[in-house]
Parts: sequence; C-alpha cells; structure tokens
Amino acid sequence: MASPSPSSAAELAAGLRAAGYLPDASTALVSYLATRLGKPVLVEGPAGVGKTELAKALSSYLERPLVRLQCYEGLDEAKALYEWNYRKQLLRIQTEASDTGWRAVQDDIFAEEFLLARPLLTAIRSEHPVVLLIDEIDKTDQEFEAMLLEVLSDFQISIPELGPVSATTHPVVVLTSNNSRELTEALKRRCLYLWLDYPSLEHELEIVKLHAHELDETIARKLVEIVHMVRELDLKKPPSIAESIDWARALLLLGADDIDPETFRQTLSVIVKHRTDLDTVAERVGVRLTGMTRGAVAAAE
Amino acid sequence: MAPSPQPSDAPGTSARLIELGEALRAAGVAVGTSELLDAFAALGEVAWGEREAFKAALSTTLAKSPDDRRVFELIFERFFFRAPEAQAIRRGLSQSGAGAPGEDDPRHPEATSLRRRIVQALREGDDPALRDLARLAIAAFGRQGEGSGVVGVDVQRIRRALGLKASAQGDGAAAAERDADALPAARIRQFEAHLRRELERDLIERTRSLPPARPLNELDRTLPSGPLQDLAAVQRVVMQLKRRLATQGFRNRGHQRHAHVDVRRTMRASLQTGGVPIVLKMRTRRPRRPEIYVLCDVSTSVTSASVFFLSVLHALHDSFRKMRSFVFIERISEVTETFARERSFKATAEAIARDAGVADVSGYTDYGRVWEEFLAQVADELHPRATVIVLGDARTNGRDPRADVFAQVVARAGRTFWLNPEPRLYWNYGDSVIAAYERHCQAFECWTTAHLETFVKELTRTTR
Repeated sequence: MASPSPSSAAELAAGLRAAGYLPDASTALVSYLATRLGKPVLVEGPAGVGKTELAKALSSYLERPLVRLQCYEGLDEAKALYEWNYRKQLLRIQTEASDTGWRAVQDDIFAEEFLLARPLLTAIRSEHPVVLLIDEIDKTDQEFEAMLLEVLSDFQISIPELGPVSATTHPVVVLTSNNSRELTEALKRRCLYLWLDYPSLEHELEIVKLHAHELDETIARKLVEIVHMVRELDLKKPPSIAESIDWARALLLLGADDIDPETFRQTLSVIVKHRTDLDTVAERVGVRLTGMTRGAVAAAE
Repeated sequence: MAPSPQPSDAPGTSARLIELGEALRAAGVAVGTSELLDAFAALGEVAWGEREAFKAALSTTLAKSPDDRRVFELIFERFFFRAPEAQAIRRGLSQSGAGAPGEDDPRHPEATSLRRRIVQALREGDDPALRDLARLAIAAFGRQGEGSGVVGVDVQRIRRALGLKASAQGDGAAAAERDADALPAARIRQFEAHLRRELERDLIERTRSLPPARPLNELDRTLPSGPLQDLAAVQRVVMQLKRRLATQGFRNRGHQRHAHVDVRRTMRASLQTGGVPIVLKMRTRRPRRPEIYVLCDVSTSVTSASVFFLSVLHALHDSFRKMRSFVFIERISEVTETFARERSFKATAEAIARDAGVADVSGYTDYGRVWEEFLAQVADELHPRATVIVLGDARTNGRDPRADVFAQVVARAGRTFWLNPEPRLYWNYGDSVIAAYERHCQAFECWTTAHLETFVKELTRTTR
C-alpha cells in the first residue's frame, strides 16, 4: 500500500484540502511535523473547531485506516488496551484432555489467539500504518493518562504474559482535548501541541463554502459574519464551525435567499443551544440584524 | 512588510534557541531538555526562511497550553525578528527624533503617511502588515517620554494620535452609512492587540523582566464568568482536596506504628490457634475525617464572587459528609440542610437566595455580628480537629471588625483559612480590613480555580 508521505507542509495542506478539510498554516505544519518526527499531536481548543475532523482527514489523506479510542470517565485498560478472552480460554481448558499438564495449558491459553485487541493494541499491532485518534483525553482520569505514556513514547504495550508488543509500523497519533482539565506534564512532554481556535472570518467562509457550496456567496458571508458576532457575546456555548455549516445547510434546505430577522429568528436554534443564550442572541444580534438589512436596502437605493 | 530575515548567524542559532528555552523557563513555562530536542528536530523539517513556519515549529514543541502560548509569543518576539523596528530606528522614526543621526526627521509628514498606510492595511485586513505598522506607530508616537508605563493607556494614546475611528456599531442605520473615516471595529481591535503586544514586549525589554505579562493575563481573565461552565473545574479541584486529605491520613498511619491492641479482634483471631493469642491485632488508626465549617459571604460587594463561592461550597458538600455551611451578610444562616436537600447547583443557589434571609436591614455585611452569631451557634462543637474556612472580602462597610471575637473562633478551631475573592492588590484598601483577620489565620486570594488549587496544595502541605 503506497500511502502518500508528504515532503512539505504545503503538500500536506493540499492533501487535507482534497480530503475536505481546510487547515490553517499551523495545523498543516504541525501535522506535517507529526508525520515526519513520529510524535503524537495533542490538539486542544473549544468544542467543534474540527479537532476530530483533523484526524479523520489525515487518515483519509494518508490512506491509513483510522483507529479511534473514545475516552470517557472510567475508561480502563481492558477497554483501551487489551483483554483476555476468558470465555474462549475456558472452552479451551475444557476441551483440553484432562491429563495435559498445567504448564502446557498455561502456555496455550495465554497466546495471542485469546487476546481481544482493543483500540490501542489494534493500532500498535496493525501491519499497515494507521492513524490513531484518542478522542477527548481530558475526559479520562489521570491514571489512564499515565498508562498511555508507554504507548505514546515507545509505541509499545507490555502484556505481562506475552512480553512487550512493539509497533511494527509507526502510527500517526492524534489526541484531542476540550481543555476541561489540565493534562499532566508527562503527557504533554511527549506530544506536539496544536491549539485550534475559532477560525478567522475568511477562513471560516471558505470552510462553509466547501461544505455548502450551493449557498450564495453573499449569504454565506453574512452568515459567517453573524456567527462571529454571536461568538463575541458571552454565551454558555458559542457556536462552533460545525454549527455554522449546519446553519448553512439549513438555509439551503429552506431556500432562504437572505438572512432577514425573520429567518434568523426561525433558524436561530441551529447555532445557539441554550435557552438563556437564545434570549441573549435574539436580543443583541437580532436587533443589529434589523439595522443591517435596513442599511443594505439603503445602500442599494 | 519587511521580508523576514534569516537568523543572523547559523552557528549561533542553536545557542540562541537554548537561551530562548531558558527565558521560557524563567517565565514559568515547563521547558525540558526533551522539549528542546523536539524543537531542534522540528526545525530540521521546516524551511527556516518562512517566519510563520519557524515560529509554529517552535511553539508546537515548546509551549503546550494557551497560557504558555501567550508567554511564548512575547518572548519569541524578543528573541527573533526585530528587523522592522530596527528599520524604524534607521529611518529616524525612533523616539524623540533628536537622537537619530543624519535624518532631518520630518515627523509630521511621516506620521501622516504612516496613518494612511495603517488605514489602508486596516481596510484590507492585512495582518502581517498591521503588525509591522504597529511597531512603527509605537516608534513614532509611543515613546515620547518613555510612555506611561501602563500598556492600556499607551494603546489608547497611540490610537488617538493616529485618529482611528471605529464605525458606529449597533445603532442600525448609522452603521450603514460608511463615512470615509470609519473602520471596521474588529480590525481596529486587531490593530490594538498588535499595539498591546508590541508595547508589552517593549516593556519587557526595558525592565528586563517578564512579570507584567502573567498578572495582566490573569486579571483579564478574572472570575469564571459562568458558574455552570466552571462547575466542573471547581468540582475537580475539590475532588483533589478530598484525595489529598484522605491520603494524608494514610501516610500518617504508615509512619506512626502505635501499639494499641485491639482486644476484640485479637481474641477473635486466637480462636484459630485454640484460644492462644499468638497473633496480636492492633487497632488501626483511622485517617481523621475532616470536619469543615464554611462561612460564605453573599453580600452585594462580592456578587460576582459569591456565585463562584457557592459553587465551591456545592462541590465541597458533594465530597465531605461532615461539613456545615453558613451564608452571611448582616446575619448568619446555616444552609447545610439546603445543600443536602438540593442536588443541582442552580436549585441550591435559588433556595439560598429565597430562604436564607440573611440581609436584615441594610444589606451590608456586618462581620462583627457574624462572628458573634457564629460563635454562639457552634462554640460547643468547635474543637481542635475542625477546620474553619471563611469566604469573604473582609469589607466591613465601616463597622467594627471585631477581630477579637474572630480570634476566639480561631482559638477554638484547629485551623482557620480565609479565602478572599479580591486580588491581593486591593486588600486593605477602602473598608477592607483583611489585615485584622490575617493576623489570626491564613488568608489566600481566591478568584480563579487556579487559586483554589493553590489553596488546596497549601492546605494539605501545612497539616502536621
């Protein structure tokens, strides 16, 4: 499998673009460094700025399968690394002739055959290089982070009964975090750090156009401008890129040819998802929108 | 504007890079040898000629949190790429004209052209150009008499000097009529950000120390704005507090082997050996369970903080079973029950606002009365193993602080801590009498979860 290996950040950026992801300069550069240096990338930023998408785009561009480990509180080794398939082991012991020595059985039942590979082991053992996505690492406990260290720095997993399993190929590792807690220094030390923030107006406009290309240019621009305005308010949950794209699609579906206060009010719930936020936005942006439309009309006359 | 230069001499660069690491370390960024090695490895992969790539390669390997990024930006600028400013000095735009040799400094025409260029860059949204222009603007206007030393003031002064006007926002039609001078507010803010950064950098250069960067940063952030968002963060810190207190107990147990024979368990064990007590069972020492009394000010002077404090209180209640909480303004009111009854933070806050009835007459805090009432209510229960935590700003509104009564409380309790929601800078100004209380207890400033963490660390460090 001849997966592409980019020779410059620009090449990788073009590749990601082709995969439907518009990276900014530093995203492209850090991803490029990750492929070259073989270091994991820790991506932090507010929700919905395309952290997970980055991993997906990388996997599609590099033509590598994506192995995803979704983290949550209470995630443990058995769910993340590997587990012994004890039912199968039991069956094995039962079918074994009763005079087989314990040693023979033991050698038998702790073989790879009885190992249930979980995402991390899958990624390490895979014959083809993969992209490993460890999503929302901040949701796990600190203990779990410590366990990851071996995987992230040496790309190996120690299984007591089998010894260490090392990676045959080098996976590209992407960790994402919503910054809901401070990650340990030890983990950060092993990673390249990428801070993804809400994109600039132009950049977001490009993204929206990529995902909803039938949308009229002027509406798209207005949409992005409004989203930026909304983000500046002090909201519980500011709208993410994903939500501007959703909004663009919703407008397409409705066949709206302008974002007037009426349409805005109706589709507001696509980008704002808290009751108190709804009120704030309707009050602050809705009014401004009225002004804008009137202004546009005045300008046209 | 100016093409970014190569770092001047190649062999010196690695030394410079290590110096950069040192400077970052001095500013509190955790830069280890492995980070520096990574930085070198990363630089091997990028084209150095491109300023952004060079910087991004360094920042991705050296600065690994948003805070660190900010510090990195400041320090990085100090180390590399100072060409535009050097150019400004060459062209005689530097401070107070007179010094620049060989230039007959036509300041005002120069300033007008500078202004024109800035306006143009603002219109086009040309970010790199704006940054360079910000430097020039500072060189031209910023340093008459060394500036004010306060970055925010200087920024406004330069902006005024340049006569940049934002387009009127908000009031509908007015925004639409685009008069020639009005510029998009967002862009101006961007320009101001550049100015601010450059000025800060200058300040660092002048004073040769970083301190202004971090406190400023924290003051900007101030209190967590939405308590509901930050509830998780507070909860996390309190969990940490709980774990610390618990493990402390265990450590003690390991250290001090004591010889209290548990007769009952020894007899029980002796049954296995035919009634002969061969194995002695010792009584295990239980890690002491912390008993906590929390007093929380909910008056108007701490409005912004009291939400934060209530969330702290809420989190504490989730973690500690032996805990009594009180809220106070003029009088004191026990709210332990409320916390036990209501699970959600919001419901608790509302219930307290409704039922507590702590503001009697004026709605101003009366610390003296609060101490007396508190002492009357819990005097019999306070003992040397209890911890009293006060959350309040110690603003007495001119009333008698009654530090003597407070001292009695402190004397009866094992440990007493005061968490003040005001930056230490404002302590003892106006009607703040924290000094009177600080004599008797340990006071901490606490207005971010980071402070709370510091407090937790301190709390568990000082236990014997």
